[in-house]
Amino acid sequence: MGVKNTGIENILGESVVLTRAESILNWARKWSLFQFPFVTACCGMEFMSVYGPHYDAARFGAEYPRFSPRQADLLFVVGTISHKQLPILKNVYDQMSDPKWVISFGACASSGGFYNNYATVQGIDTVIPVDVYIPGCPPRPEAIMDAIIKLQDKIQHEKYQSRKSYPDLGKNNKPGGENE
Amino acid sequence: MSKIVLDKVLRKFPDDIIDSHSYVGNETVIIKKEALLKVCSFLKDNRQLMIDMLVDLTCVDYPQETERFMMVYHFYSTENKYRIRIKAPVSEEEPFIDSLTSIWKNANWPEREVYDMYGVKFNDHPDLTRILMYEEFEGHPLRKDYPITKRQPIVGPLN
Repeated sequence: MGVKNTGIENILGESVVLTRAESILNWARKWSLFQFPFVTACCGMEFMSVYGPHYDAARFGAEYPRFSPRQADLLFVVGTISHKQLPILKNVYDQMSDPKWVISFGACASSGGFYNNYATVQGIDTVIPVDVYIPGCPPRPEAIMDAIIKLQDKIQHEKYQSRKSYPDLGKNNKPGGENE
Repeated sequence: MSKIVLDKVLRKFPDDIIDSHSYVGNETVIIKKEALLKVCSFLKDNRQLMIDMLVDLTCVDYPQETERFMMVYHFYSTENKYRIRIKAPVSEEEPFIDSLTSIWKNANWPEREVYDMYGVKFNDHPDLTRILMYEEFEGHPLRKDYPITKRQPIVGPLN
């Protein structure tokens, strides 16, 4: 994978594969994305179809939902997030253990969609960091699979310890469950 | 078709009627808010009309009117297929009206919604708390004078 032509292949033959630790770690991570579905709205229908047998997200190693955030790597935020719902989402994100990734699924989660009103959060990235945004209202299953592939690509190229803790975006926005 | 309901209400409560109209099947009576309970009891208990369903209740905000809020109640008879709409104005200074929960139990949640969105308070309601917005929310978002860009996030920045 990473290391080439060191000459050691000639000695060992095909019995050993050489790579970098970072590379194999990222490779393992990107094919075992345990996802937590945070499904709140109509985008859930498209989400279900992708995770059903027809489109089969299992091909990307990302099919297995964990309904405890502590066991999940990938947070799928699917649908409209209201201000009332946001503390729960924040809590779920804080409870996930590192390394963790977030996919913002659909127009509402990404930007509020057409709900620009008193109730709706104008994009979850105002509170938690997002790795991949999927546009669409709701997105096509192909777009979702594209997002998973893009996230895998991103994970493969991550540097060891390059993930930073997310910035303090708001006055009450402290990790550690102060908003419970 | 529901003209008979309208006529009965008009005959029974002549002193409490503010206005009424009947147009393409829309029978509407506007009554004083003090008479709400007795009019609704009459509709429910009348054996001839058999109004057995409170379809919905809601509120409309007319900021330019002297009595700002207009409560709207829709009733239906599954037996006779009668529909009747009762309206009652409520002022901003005294935003109180009797709760229908003593007559119609399903009025509970719609009345909480009206309280949440418009701030109309219901006398003798069993649990008059916000139903959709969070506890920390200040004001009533469907009032016309609620600023359209005003946000009250619990977590995170204004956006």
